[in-house]
Amino acid sequence: MSLRRFDVAIVGGGIAGTTFAAILGGAGLTVALIERQPPAALKGSAYDGRTTAITFGSRKVLEAAGLWADLAPHACPIDDIRVADDASPLFLHFDSREVGDDPLGSIVENRLIRKSLYKRISATATVTQIAPATVASLDTSGSLARLTLADGREIAADIVVGADGRDSFVRAAAGIETIGWAYMQHAIVTIMGHELPHDNVAVENFLPAGPFAMLPMTDASDGTHRSSIVWTDHMDAVPLYMKLDLPAFEAELQSRAGEWLGRVWEIGPRFTYPLQLRHAKRYIAPRVALIADAAHVIHPIAGQGLNLGMRDIALLSELLVDRRRTGLDLGDPMLLKRYEDARRMDNIAFSATTDILDRLFSNDIPPIKLARRMGLGAVNRVPFLRRFFMRRAMGAAGALSRLGRGERL
Amino acid sequence: MVMTAAKTVDAAEIEKFSRMSADWWDPSGPFRPLHRLNPVRLTYIKDRVAEHFGRDGRSIAPFGGLTALDIGCGGGLVAEPLARLGASVTAVDADAVAIAAARLHAAGREIEVDYRVGSSDDLAAAGSQFDVVLALEIIEHVADRDEFLAALGSLVAPGGLLILSTLNRTLKSLVLGIGVAEHLLRWVEPGTHDWRRFVKPSELARGLRVIDFAVADLTGLVFDPLKNEFHLAADDVGVNYFMSATRLS
Repeated sequence: MSLRRFDVAIVGGGIAGTTFAAILGGAGLTVALIERQPPAALKGSAYDGRTTAITFGSRKVLEAAGLWADLAPHACPIDDIRVADDASPLFLHFDSREVGDDPLGSIVENRLIRKSLYKRISATATVTQIAPATVASLDTSGSLARLTLADGREIAADIVVGADGRDSFVRAAAGIETIGWAYMQHAIVTIMGHELPHDNVAVENFLPAGPFAMLPMTDASDGTHRSSIVWTDHMDAVPLYMKLDLPAFEAELQSRAGEWLGRVWEIGPRFTYPLQLRHAKRYIAPRVALIADAAHVIHPIAGQGLNLGMRDIALLSELLVDRRRTGLDLGDPMLLKRYEDARRMDNIAFSATTDILDRLFSNDIPPIKLARRMGLGAVNRVPFLRRFFMRRAMGAAGALSRLGRGERL
Repeated sequence: MVMTAAKTVDAAEIEKFSRMSADWWDPSGPFRPLHRLNPVRLTYIKDRVAEHFGRDGRSIAPFGGLTALDIGCGGGLVAEPLARLGASVTAVDADAVAIAAARLHAAGREIEVDYRVGSSDDLAAAGSQFDVVLALEIIEHVADRDEFLAALGSLVAPGGLLILSTLNRTLKSLVLGIGVAEHLLRWVEPGTHDWRRFVKPSELARGLRVIDFAVADLTGLVFDPLKNEFHLAADDVGVNYFMSATRLS
């Protein structure tokens, strides 16, 4: 069958893969973006209930890639994060004004991110969307990487990037193993309507079974105030909550949300997913690199999953674009090594932090409860510690890439 | 004079070429120092060519429409990237095995380069001319420098650019270029270079003026042992350096 030659082949057309394609394609590299689902699903006009917390650092990446302008009107800024423990209403308080005028992050619906990305890559001549298509095999033994699709088509590229999520085909085909574990918790995700405005405040309420997060969204077109709910609970309890009828579910929501938003109700849809921590042992193999969830899946407690992926994207796109401008092979082992070394440390640090946070908060043992309250209290009393955590969570610290610093490629 | 060896040699020869090709292109193989050097060399070449011909160095194919000649191309470590940057590249080397290895590699990566076994004299005798002519780490090996420069000069099209790189004849290059690179680190075979044939920038500039070329740039190439990498340095031409010159008439 016919063979097509690209600079880079990206497997996986989710948010990470498509953002990566948009950035590389925008710099002039020829990109094949291979996605299992048909383009209509990628365009994603259908609402799937998911939202993403775009940190300040990720926003810089999206801005530099020319993707932010489209999203900005639909992004609800987070000006304040309140972290509360079960019994006590307010322990830790992060106010964006302490670290400058920029918001701590923004909540955007995933479907809008996908829509804007789809628009962008469709207008980029250097990006070829190959969808729906399934990759059957990967061969990196030659001087190019070769992908064979299930329908027999062949694609050759300097490098194959696995952006195909937690069950990555590319990762398995490259023989890369993962380490990790599943949490005893599952997440319930839905959209909640509420009587009173949220004033751009995000609340993370640490309950014994797991954190309950309320993330501020932009008002619906009819003016309804909305927040995105990420409700983590024990895996045995989650199926029961999922089956509750509307009044009973809304009563559960109200008891967890408290009274600060007035009356709350479910806009939905309600869906659930298991939580896990998984880290690829390597991010690279000959002519292969893994990004985002294909390389690391972390606990969503700090809302950092996609943001870590954005940092992968910012660094790898910089290395590849600089290399392409010299005409040299993009599958260079030294380039891949640099990517892996720089990203592993950052990602492992975050994986560990979110895991510890979850273990610390998801229990009712009195001494730990006391310790975490003292811990939160201490952070709150020491301004420089509070600013440190905020900058870290904003993704503004440790910006090692040009895109992460808001510069052009 | 176009080499047809790749078509006529037997299977054992082809296997030898493919092993050679793998050697040439293995970043941790026998040509490791060249792979370390290559990003810096290509950055220099791209910047000079983009500047001279008014091209955008940030674009990925800035050399579109330009013809380029790489003299002493070896396995094609510079020729292939130039083709990828958009140039129509001709590359010559006297070593038929290196040329066969280069052809094999370019075919595997679906890159078009016109590889030929031969020398700059052959091309000059045929009257060929190119927008960009490269002679990298060659001039310190030639017997008659003036004759070589004259042949090079005639290969550059009017308004074209000539880029050379070589080793300076200094005490530093004797210690670093011969003592350290050849004998201590074994980057290249001891005896590869004859220090007495190294060329001072002033001598090279004089030679270029004789053939009616104007020196456009002189930049040093420095190895940083702490970072284990090469970088360009405008003020240190004590060991390796690049010189670019434009054809006046």
